[in-house]
Amino acid sequence: MSTLTEAPPPLAPEAPEPKPPQRRGRWTPYWLLLPGILWLVVFFALPMIYQASTSVQTGSLEEGYKVTWHFATYWDALSAYWPQFVRSVLYAGTATILCLLLGYPLAYLIAFRAGRWRNLIMILVIAPFFTSFLIRTLAWKTILADGGPLVGALDTLHVLDVTDWLGWTAGDRVLATPLAVVCGLTYNFLPFMILPLYTSLERIDGRLHEAAGDLYARPWTTFRKVTFPLSMPGVVSGTLLTFIPAAGDYVNADLLGSTDTRMVGNVIQTQFLRVLDYPTAAALSFILMAAILLMVTLYIRRSGTEDLV
Amino acid sequence: MPFVNWLKRNLVVIAGLLTLGYLLLPNVIVTVFSFNKPKGRFNYQWQQFSLDAWKDPCGVSDLCGSLSVSLQIAVWATLGATLLGTLIAFALVRYRFRARGAVNSLIFLPMAMPEVVMAASLLTLFLNMGAQLGFWTILIAHIMFCLSFVVTAVKARVMSMDPKLEEAARDLYAGPFQTFVRVTLPIAAPGIAAGALLAFALSFDDFIITNFNAGSTVTFPMFVWGSAQRGTPVQINVIGTTMFVVAVLLVLASMAVGNRRNRQKA
Repeated sequence: MSTLTEAPPPLAPEAPEPKPPQRRGRWTPYWLLLPGILWLVVFFALPMIYQASTSVQTGSLEEGYKVTWHFATYWDALSAYWPQFVRSVLYAGTATILCLLLGYPLAYLIAFRAGRWRNLIMILVIAPFFTSFLIRTLAWKTILADGGPLVGALDTLHVLDVTDWLGWTAGDRVLATPLAVVCGLTYNFLPFMILPLYTSLERIDGRLHEAAGDLYARPWTTFRKVTFPLSMPGVVSGTLLTFIPAAGDYVNADLLGSTDTRMVGNVIQTQFLRVLDYPTAAALSFILMAAILLMVTLYIRRSGTEDLV
Repeated sequence: MPFVNWLKRNLVVIAGLLTLGYLLLPNVIVTVFSFNKPKGRFNYQWQQFSLDAWKDPCGVSDLCGSLSVSLQIAVWATLGATLLGTLIAFALVRYRFRARGAVNSLIFLPMAMPEVVMAASLLTLFLNMGAQLGFWTILIAHIMFCLSFVVTAVKARVMSMDPKLEEAARDLYAGPFQTFVRVTLPIAAPGIAAGALLAFALSFDDFIITNFNAGSTVTFPMFVWGSAQRGTPVQINVIGTTMFVVAVLLVLASMAVGNRRNRQKA
């Protein structure tokens, strides 16, 4: 959750890093790194290994679990929960595209058109972070309430007929439908799109716009040929920062959706905390992790590790 | 057609402001509904104006207890993550060392991993070790996921520092410790502060990882989650509104101080 203008979004590209000077004290960097890296190894990397091992164990809560290399758990988990996986990708993908479409104009506005309002708008984008996201997500229950003003207006304008036909809503309800979940996901992760977009837009040299104008490019052409390509790093990192947490989210699907909108996060949560079927939950979580790692690796191939942190 | 031209020129402004409205609408609802007097157990429908919840913010059992648990965890997690993260950031910017790529990846991955994956795998670790779930397991988890964000914030600031300032201090016979405390630390301070603030906000608001590793300890987000099932007290909105207002005021105040300093310098 990057907030604050000072903190650049994690994926934003930086100018190629100058080689750090070699200092006295060969061991100093290792001592500086040791406590934090140790923490991450023990409480981030090691748990991943434990999880991988749990996913190939069999047994029961009473008798304990043993590693039996029971890879069938993966197959069973996938065949039982593939709809939730597909749904996660679909909802998170839609939310990411919506975030890009909604977030780009606002990031552009802050970067180029806000003038002396820039700081104020920036604060308004960041400040909601400080109200618990669960409270804000619950507020969508009021906004999208059955028979409320918004749903009434959508109904009168026959928008709901269209979304009903598409399968996004059901009848004259918005709550407990895919539309409500996607709306909540888009809302919750929009700032993760806006901040990296803003950072990369703000770096663009204004004279490039003038140059494009001098060469008789129309505003739209300037945007298409100059602004948008130069903001690509922001688009890439914003997309990852939105898609990844949205794909693993279960809060929106739980609060705004129904049993028909369950995502893979919901399944992992239920299996782990209520059904207590640890191998299945670990396998599902491992598949999700592998999918995400694949995406991230492709990104690192593209831009190297220095840009990451 | 002047209007159409005006519209064309300002289309991006209008679209941007609409997005801003979308972002802020829930906060407006939270604030308005903190003055509601709901009929049933849930505070989703407007009934009538009332100041009851504002007069008695701790009127619901366990609410303020959970708030205090969250604050304690957030403070300790911020201290821990800021200390460890700042050390890593200095090592990354100031030194060359082996396994740099591996270190970068290890710091980046927690930010790229869905929370539910980290939450579930950490729980398997704690279960395997037979750790008692509660305050300490939450704190360990929070330091873990806040760490990377602190590194990012501090690293950005330290990278933009002019190394000549430190060289100048050394030339003027300041020892390494004195240089660090009197020169390096004050310049890096805004980055460290930004990282700490970020860590605090992340820890205070975390739900998914906490929910997996909390045992029977209840943090404020977990209280809100539970109330979504049992009935939402208006007091939740009071606390949400207060947090929003305090955050905006703090940022405005820090900007005012910054502006005044800039003017004094000029």
